[in-house]
Amino acid sequence: MSTMDVELPANRMRIRPGQIITWTLLLLGGLIMVTPLLYMFATSLKTSGQIYDLKLIPAAPTLDNYISVLSDGRFLRWFVNSTLIASIVTVSNVFFDSMVGYTLAKFEFRGRYFIFLAILSTLMIPTEMLVIPWYLMSSQLHWLDTYWGIMFPGMMTAFGTFLMKQFFETVPDDFLEAARVDGMNEFTIWWKIAMPLVTPAISALAIFTFLGNWTAFFWPLIVTTSRELYTLPVGLSGFSVEQSIQWEKIMTGAALATIPTLIVFLVLQRFIVRGVMLAGLKG
Amino acid sequence: MSIASDSIKRAGPERTTVWDRFSIRTKRVIWAWTFLALPILFYGGIRFYPTFQAFWLSLTDWDLMRPAKFVGLANYQAMLADPVFWKVFQNTFAYLIIGTPLSLVISFAIAYYLDRVRFMHGFIRALYFLPFLTTAAAMGWVWRWFYQPVPIGVLNGFLSVFGLPQQTFLRSPDTALTSILMPAIWAGLGFQVIIFIAGLRAIPSTFYEAARIDGLGEWAIFRKITLPLLKPTTIFLVVFSSIGFLRIFDQVYNMTTNDPGGPLNSTKPLVLMIYQTAFSSYKMGYAAAQTVVLFTILLVVSLMQLWVLRKR
Repeated sequence: MSTMDVELPANRMRIRPGQIITWTLLLLGGLIMVTPLLYMFATSLKTSGQIYDLKLIPAAPTLDNYISVLSDGRFLRWFVNSTLIASIVTVSNVFFDSMVGYTLAKFEFRGRYFIFLAILSTLMIPTEMLVIPWYLMSSQLHWLDTYWGIMFPGMMTAFGTFLMKQFFETVPDDFLEAARVDGMNEFTIWWKIAMPLVTPAISALAIFTFLGNWTAFFWPLIVTTSRELYTLPVGLSGFSVEQSIQWEKIMTGAALATIPTLIVFLVLQRFIVRGVMLAGLKG
Repeated sequence: MSIASDSIKRAGPERTTVWDRFSIRTKRVIWAWTFLALPILFYGGIRFYPTFQAFWLSLTDWDLMRPAKFVGLANYQAMLADPVFWKVFQNTFAYLIIGTPLSLVISFAIAYYLDRVRFMHGFIRALYFLPFLTTAAAMGWVWRWFYQPVPIGVLNGFLSVFGLPQQTFLRSPDTALTSILMPAIWAGLGFQVIIFIAGLRAIPSTFYEAARIDGLGEWAIFRKITLPLLKPTTIFLVVFSSIGFLRIFDQVYNMTTNDPGGPLNSTKPLVLMIYQTAFSSYKMGYAAAQTVVLFTILLVVSLMQLWVLRKR
């Protein structure tokens, strides 16, 4: 873009052969990137006899694999578990991370900086270090193998709090002061006045939290033991043990785990890309 | 205004509650701590306390059945004497040392050129970004299938079509680690590309205009303007991806399910060793000591970032 800015308008229309080569290479690279996904979808539409065929487009596409995987029931259950867990954790993060971020950005009280540093310092602690104490805690409180057990470690995050604090700092104090004069209480001011002013940040936080929990693997693998409580990644991971190795069925399972995020991406593409940029620059 | 509304409030009901007697300032402080109450409990109980507990457990011998027994630094001594630990240590750094530079160079090249492309920009960007949205458990299967020997595996299938020698991929200790690393890079590439594009766009175009007026060539502009001004973005991505590779687990576990970390521990990273020590062997104290080592490594990497940033 920068090269374009200084060139004369007449030159802007001219396309150099170098640009065509660059464009073609970028497109080819992009197509290579999605090849594994294309093969996954292609195989999920094939019968077991056709999977050795390297052709991407199945001769006679069939939805039989989807019907058989979904009618199994277990897979559907994992799907529901993942959706439920990721949704609840997302709502919790949007609520609490915003509330803490807002408090740290807009209230003045002794200890504010200390609380901020304390929360920020938890970014340094890797999850792997906490799982053993969490496991112990869960077993003592009977949280092992429950939904709450899967969800509790992620109900608030330092990353989300930091992101929201950065954004609330850009909200002018006058807005909040005006609401205060109108006699609103502080909770209403935060929820009704400040929150709508930072919707881009909220959508970024929500998308990240949902995606992160939808694909989360390590902790759900540790905390769940009964098959009914598996999340989709944990269920998929042990899929073959029961299915022997039926590649077309496994690819169908993998495709079903991928389709929701692809749909969300296609619908929210602009928000997601902007969200990644925001998080990257602020973080 | 606020005095007026206050006096109206006070004039209304006769009795004043304790709350009404507080000054506006005090009320706000009380609100602040009310907002923070639950989060403080959360961070205290689910972040800080477990951290200290992990340090403590690393000094104990504990199998979940009998009470934990204090053993001092015995776990650390055992770790240093354990050849598997050193193999794992080496693997973890192999992921880092190959993964981080490779993924950053590729993603920077893509971002640098993609940023200038106007035609179908969004579509091409989406192609690179899509793998980032997948889950490692699902993609682990896809890549394992790709890596199978003929007639199942796609990659070996294509190699045989073109008459090229077959590859062992995940089945040989020599090639397994690289075979796991490639999907890990593949999955993270789109994220890095988007962050790099954001960084490139944050460079004011006046810098480029000035350089052009001064008669600098493309290469000089790239070296003197683009690279230095992109430094914060690059450092962020170096640290972000380093931490990611040092903590690699999902890809390895899902591509070596039958023998996690195999063949012959050739792909086992530190986090997988922690997982097995804790949840297959139930040596909780030893596993906690390994997490302390991981924590230290990550801390050093993060501090190095701060140091590089400060030098700027």
